[in-house]
Amino acid sequence: MTGPPPDRPERPDRPERVRVERVRVTGPPRRRTPAARTRDIDAETRLGEVYMGSLLREQLWLAVRVLAVLAVGVGSLPLAFHLWPGLTGVRLLGAPLPWLLLGVAVYPFLVLLGWRYVRRAERNEQDFLDLLSEVDG
Amino acid sequence: MTSVPGIVAVVVVALATLAIGTWGLRVSRTTSDFLVASRSVGPRLNASAIGGEYLSAASFLGVAGLVLTFGADMLWYPIGWTAGYLVLLVLVAAPLRRSGAYTLPDFAEARFGSRRVRSTCSLLVVAIGLLYLYPQFQGAGLTLRSAVGAPTWVGPVIVGAVVLANVTSGGMRSITFVQAFQYWLKLWALLLPAAVLVAVWFSDGRPGAASSLADAPGGDWSSPLAVGGGQGLYVTYSLIVATFLGTMGLPHVVVRFYTNPDGRAARRTTLVVLALLGLFYLLPPVYGALGRAYAAELAAAGRSDVLVLELPRLMVPGMLGDVLTGLVTAGAFAAFLSTSSGLCIAVAGVLSQDVTGRPWRGRRLAGVTAFRVGAVVAVVVPTLMALAAPHVGVARAVGLAFAVAASTFCPLLLLGIWWRGLTAAGAVAGLAAGGLGSGAAVLLTLTAAAPEGWPTVLLEQPAAWSVPLAFATMVGVSLATRSQVPAHTGRFMVRLHTPEALDLDRG
Repeated sequence: MTGPPPDRPERPDRPERVRVERVRVTGPPRRRTPAARTRDIDAETRLGEVYMGSLLREQLWLAVRVLAVLAVGVGSLPLAFHLWPGLTGVRLLGAPLPWLLLGVAVYPFLVLLGWRYVRRAERNEQDFLDLLSEVDG
Repeated sequence: MTSVPGIVAVVVVALATLAIGTWGLRVSRTTSDFLVASRSVGPRLNASAIGGEYLSAASFLGVAGLVLTFGADMLWYPIGWTAGYLVLLVLVAAPLRRSGAYTLPDFAEARFGSRRVRSTCSLLVVAIGLLYLYPQFQGAGLTLRSAVGAPTWVGPVIVGAVVLANVTSGGMRSITFVQAFQYWLKLWALLLPAAVLVAVWFSDGRPGAASSLADAPGGDWSSPLAVGGGQGLYVTYSLIVATFLGTMGLPHVVVRFYTNPDGRAARRTTLVVLALLGLFYLLPPVYGALGRAYAAELAAAGRSDVLVLELPRLMVPGMLGDVLTGLVTAGAFAAFLSTSSGLCIAVAGVLSQDVTGRPWRGRRLAGVTAFRVGAVVAVVVPTLMALAAPHVGVARAVGLAFAVAASTFCPLLLLGIWWRGLTAAGAVAGLAAGGLGSGAAVLLTLTAAAPEGWPTVLLEQPAAWSVPLAFATMVGVSLATRSQVPAHTGRFMVRLHTPEALDLDRG
């Protein structure tokens, strides 16, 4: 048998369809540059140390700031009540101040601090990711 | 019969725990499920589980009792237990997850590559675990005596049996479901009765509103400081140090972080935990304040730990009071079960890796058997302690466990994660200094009556001096042994702090 393959019968009355191949157009592999930067960290070069150092400093500094707010906002309360015992008798909305502060207000404050920390910490990490995957000009 | 609701509550909670555990067991199939729930637990479920595990008898019963007896300065306990998670979040959560360590000894070995640091940590995990478990068992005895009239030894035995059954048969995955269920059970078991009791208090004409909260005759009930001027200030700050810094060193808290998929999820989980804990801790002070008006005789009789259990019946007679009593009993029982299970898993895990799994006279136990033997030890020893040791108050005993954790694992984690210069020798020296210092103080508090005045105060709340001591020792000895910084420290720092999305060599 020399005929055409049965699944593609020729139709002489119609021009044959030209198959358009999809051509992949790409630039040079983009992986090279980021790989070079992560390689600096992997090889623990001076530059890699700088990258890592900046991330560590940024995250630690953020943590220290949050803890400082915690120390001032919550940690200073015992000292304040020690120095001004009169505060114990102060009433706000019909309830004594210590109970409002220690029993209620502290918890939203802690959650708010935590929420702000998580947002900032994730942004720091995103910055680090951007830095390492930036294509050099 | 006053004991019926209590018995029903205990039986229902025990059966529900076993049932959910069994159901979770069918869901978990692989070894990875068993150990770390395949590291695929979402933030909300994981946070509920952490909350369920963390809210122990000390939170459910102890805080209200302490507030009734001592007043507003006891509010620092729940504040510290919550703020401890904030400190954990900002300094430890993501790096600890990224370290890939399952337990604290695993972390120590990965960071220092030293068996000696690992053994020291294992010893401390077991010590802290037992110190935390024994008040749970003691509280179980109190609860069952109050709710059912059973002898004090019945509670520890029942809790021990259910925990053993769940822990030895189930794995991390089934425990995750059990503990998430128990958080919500505990919350509602405290919230619903509190709502009813506050309504009753209003309809009674708000007895004690003026006197009990502020200007009562010993007017310092509302003072947020312990009594005694400078000593009171020291005690309060020492408690703050112990609870803020101790949370990260509790064995059952650390294990939970490994079940998160990555460091980012670990942070988000911790944030949800903060919210869940804050919600829960609004409630115990309500019981303490109402107890001041309705159940002052409990404090006088030294039985303030059962305040939460007895208050509904004291305020609401009849059927409704019985139902509410059943609810709080169920919540209390869930508190013992969940915390004890979590601690038991953590302690048994460490024991099976470092004690029962080690070769003994040429033979060694297989993995699962070693874990089960470890679990039996982790349950039997604190049960015996609960039966034999003096009653020191649930929240106080837990407070001591926090002091030891803050003096040992807190410096180890903080310096290990953020300072390249920490050496194995420095870690061991610091763990020894903090552990011995706070441990000696704990032993003296539990066994003997120390002399009056400052020595007692310093021993009862050791954290304010033992934590700086441990930090100073670690830093000092590390600087002296600077040449011995492990060679892989740089690589380990990369693993701890870089986002998982980056393709890096993490050692």
